[in-house]
Amino acid sequence: MVVYCTVLLDYWDRISSSIYLNFIKDDRWKYLFTGLGITLQIAFFAVLLGIVIGIVVASVRSTYDLNDKRGPLLRFFNSICKTYLTVIRGTPVLLQLLIIYFVIFASVRIDKVLTASIAFGINSGAYVAEIFRSGILSVDRGQFEAGRSLGFNYVQTMWYFILPQAFKNILPALGNEFIVLIKETSIAGYIGMHDLTKGADIIRSQTYDPFPPLLAAGLMYLILVVGLTAAFNHLERRLRSNDR
Amino acid sequence: MTASSMPLIQTIDLVKSFGKTKALDGVSTEIHNGEVVVVVGPSGSGKSTFLRCLNLLEVPTSGQVLFEGIDITEPDVDINLHRQKMGMVFQHFNLFPHMTVLKNLTLPPIKLLGKTPEEAEAKAMSLLERVGLADRGSSYPSQLSGGQKQRIAITRALCMDPGVMLFDEPTSALDPEMVGEVLDVMKDLASNDMTMVVVTHEMGFAREVGTRVLFMDEGKILEENTPAEFFDNPQHRRAKEFLSKVL
Repeated sequence: MVVYCTVLLDYWDRISSSIYLNFIKDDRWKYLFTGLGITLQIAFFAVLLGIVIGIVVASVRSTYDLNDKRGPLLRFFNSICKTYLTVIRGTPVLLQLLIIYFVIFASVRIDKVLTASIAFGINSGAYVAEIFRSGILSVDRGQFEAGRSLGFNYVQTMWYFILPQAFKNILPALGNEFIVLIKETSIAGYIGMHDLTKGADIIRSQTYDPFPPLLAAGLMYLILVVGLTAAFNHLERRLRSNDR
Repeated sequence: MTASSMPLIQTIDLVKSFGKTKALDGVSTEIHNGEVVVVVGPSGSGKSTFLRCLNLLEVPTSGQVLFEGIDITEPDVDINLHRQKMGMVFQHFNLFPHMTVLKNLTLPPIKLLGKTPEEAEAKAMSLLERVGLADRGSSYPSQLSGGQKQRIAITRALCMDPGVMLFDEPTSALDPEMVGEVLDVMKDLASNDMTMVVVTHEMGFAREVGTRVLFMDEGKILEENTPAEFFDNPQHRRAKEFLSKVL
């Protein structure tokens, strides 16, 4: 009995001193929360940019797919979009981040959060575009014909009939993409950014006690992702309840 | 050509090719106000393609479609304005599943004809009454039977006050016991002098309601006659073969 107690006390002693060392001493917890703030900022602006790019690219590609008459302008923009998709999806996001930071913004030093948001947004846009396009294509062509036969123009038909149905179909894939994006921002440390992962790594380099800070960062990512998943599930349920 | 004798729809030498195959191979005909033109023929004969060319859902490879005297195949024509006057009913209904029946019926006249929601709803309700589905306004399409869906689809087209109704095999996707209720609605329309072009396999309907039969095969109109003449005394060899199989 006494032996057990000593072991437990000893264990607790080690844990509490580890917590003190890694999180409380010198306000080291601030590394994690500053990092969390940066991670959220990058992810938020990257998601926004990704959606904007995704909408534009998916619109061009779907319009190209759905129309028999393709003017030279449409063909031109479609080939630009296809090139964008090929390059972005065909190369690693880390490489894209490094190129955007060290090459494209080499001479003009803008805010690093902005740089990273642009890099991750451009990357995510390619995936979001294909998700949007698959959603539009998933809607039965008869819906499109019904809208057009009533006298709605192409844009109206998209807006009233195709996109609401497409959006519902793509929600799971879109949620997935946002989850991936949040976690992908963990490579921002490569361009010297102090994001959540980097924050944990800084603590590790000061305390030489790697597990607690890395575990803490992991838990924080997990909470973010679980929260986002719950939000998406809620949205999905609400949209499904509108029609059976 | 005086206004009264001008055809509502006129096609001139319509050709539609899909790759190497010619779905339509020079179709010229006229459809006049008040006519119920029934288009029959074996599958793959081009009858659906012909119908879909009338409102340019299918863009003809060559030839003209004149609607109310205007060539709607001209690129500078606003096809959307003309489609508002041509109701279309599809084989697979194509109701909008994310909207209630009433929304399906009222959205087009509100957005396209500038009607107030009250006007559109009043019209929709009176038409729903006419097809016997007045209690279904708040239902979603997925809650309806096939026959009910098709009656709603017809009602949706009627809510736009079209000058002509195009039917693309409206009963082909229905269970046999539901065919009658849809045909009844179409008969009711015909008896109220609606101009109709109907692609169908319902020979009984063609004979009873049609004012003219177009027999198509291999992208051409091979025979054009009154239903009585066509069914009792077909002229073309292919028409005889076809009728011997379906009657």
